[in-house]
Amino acid sequence: MQFGIFSVGDIAPEPGTGYTQSEAERIRNIVAVAQRADDVGLDVFALGEHHNPPFVPSSPTTLLAYIAALTQRIMLSTSVTLMTTNDPVKVAEDYAMLQHVAQGRLDLMVGRGNTVPVYPWFGKDIRQGVALALENYNLLHRLWREDVVDWEGRFRTPLQGFTSTPRPLDDVPPFVWHGSIRTPEIAEQAAFYGNGFFANHVLAPHFHFKPLVDLYRRRFGHYGHGTAAQAIVGLGGMSFIAKNSQDAVRQFKPYFENYPVFRGSRLEDHMAATPLTVGSPQQVIDKVMTFQEGFGDYQRQLFAVDGLSLPVAVALEQVELLGTEVVPVLRRELAARRAPDVPEAPTHASLVSAKYGDAQPRQPRPNPNRGDNLSGTSPYQDSDAGVEARFPEVV
Amino acid sequence: MNATTTPAAPPSPVAVVVVSAGVSTPSSTRLLADRIAQRAVDTLRASGTPVTVSVIDLAPIAVDIARSLVAGFPTEAVQEALDLLAKADAIVASAPVYKAGISGLFKSFADLIDNDLLIAKPVVLAATGGSPRHAMVVDEQLRPLFAFLRAIPTPTSVYAAPEDWGASDLGNRIARAATELTLLVRSDVARAIADENWAGHQHQFGGNASRAERSDADVDFDTDLMRLATGGG
Repeated sequence: MQFGIFSVGDIAPEPGTGYTQSEAERIRNIVAVAQRADDVGLDVFALGEHHNPPFVPSSPTTLLAYIAALTQRIMLSTSVTLMTTNDPVKVAEDYAMLQHVAQGRLDLMVGRGNTVPVYPWFGKDIRQGVALALENYNLLHRLWREDVVDWEGRFRTPLQGFTSTPRPLDDVPPFVWHGSIRTPEIAEQAAFYGNGFFANHVLAPHFHFKPLVDLYRRRFGHYGHGTAAQAIVGLGGMSFIAKNSQDAVRQFKPYFENYPVFRGSRLEDHMAATPLTVGSPQQVIDKVMTFQEGFGDYQRQLFAVDGLSLPVAVALEQVELLGTEVVPVLRRELAARRAPDVPEAPTHASLVSAKYGDAQPRQPRPNPNRGDNLSGTSPYQDSDAGVEARFPEVV
Repeated sequence: MNATTTPAAPPSPVAVVVVSAGVSTPSSTRLLADRIAQRAVDTLRASGTPVTVSVIDLAPIAVDIARSLVAGFPTEAVQEALDLLAKADAIVASAPVYKAGISGLFKSFADLIDNDLLIAKPVVLAATGGSPRHAMVVDEQLRPLFAFLRAIPTPTSVYAAPEDWGASDLGNRIARAATELTLLVRSDVARAIADENWAGHQHQFGGNASRAERSDADVDFDTDLMRLATGGG
């Protein structure tokens, strides 16, 4: 099972002092948090995508590529990549490039996001939000699996003989999770493709997301990818850890209750009603064990630990406590409970091995430039030898 | 005219739910709702229909209502109220008039009701006020609100100013509204409309509505979006 953190890269004034990180500081701090997550042995660092203040990660691939260069082992991901307002062609290109530079330490989570005005900022119609997410992913899926794509849909210009470059690392696309909190069609799409399904698991009552996760599990089985129990499920969550629970509540309460989203709410109510856990390492461990009891064996648990205006020193300490006092115990306990036939979340190594076995992975090498992608069946040298690309001759 | 089908008697007792936003004790808003509900219950029982009555008093859960609004999800007490409404066969909704409008407490609670929770449910609309000059508030504010929720308000709504409590006309209006409510309940029209039109309304997966989709058995996979989800166009 994978454990990690996810960040939306938000900025808010610290309660009491009112100190507000600059965008430059916040970007540096995100990098520091990701590095610390790598140092303490967490498995995943996922970054959101936002296009408005007070958030900084408008360009997750740029930031994740830099983090990839500074880290050794941690897998990088997104939470989420906007599948509605981004051009799927650019998503295919950017994330394939990131997959190469991260040497396979990449997957991504696609979703609709939660910011209404972002649609018109990118020339899209929010009333088509679900359809955009579904159609765009259908195209992304093909762009990563077919060297040459002819495609036509409702929301972007048709493609004729288009090749998305670079081809995915080892010709194995990054694993994709579909993030959703309410949309059965998204669960269905994740199940249809055998992709992962992720519930952010915040800001809602306990097990509010279980019907959607169960729907995904059963449809995963329906489409023949395995049993429902073998579906690839990820959960989010929010936690704040201190050595003892009283200190945790005392320290966290002002950050929580002064944060814009939570104004008028009481920390204790959210602790009682939602998966939010504020307490000792053991309390966080106990809470996550209830996630497994409710949702079944799952593959990925991400925690939000660096938002809500927490100073970077506190965020780093949270990552440290998570990595040293919580996750090692959870790994042991959840492994002991886990049904033997439930798979781990796919990694680049596991996907390469599934595709090639002991053989060498494909390394696409392009044919000489033809000036376009339209005059042959494949722009790569290892394409079907029986079909020859024809080039216009200059006379 | 020959009826081709006779509506089957409801298998379980008719669930009447009273929602009252009155804040005093005793509250004239609650009293008005109780009188309407009692009249409807008496009529239904007289014809052999078993009835249960539940009351949602909003005043004791006022803080829960406010917290639910800002948290974005219902507290336990609000969820219990929504569960009662989801299972209701008939509703009596009663609000005091403050500052020329229905009370903010009532509207705040209404703001937490899922759009598809009350589809086609028969409702008597009632309001109380300190003067007869606000008599139209019940029709001008509560009726559009329940129209948005696609409920079926009875043709007669009931407004009671202080002087109405000493007039037999109030009893007549209560009787009229209660009769309309019982006729709508007996006709089973709510079930018929919801059965016929359920797919025509927007629903949230796992929502509070009594027939909300909660598992793959409830989900319609034969839609344009579902086909798009599975690679098709």
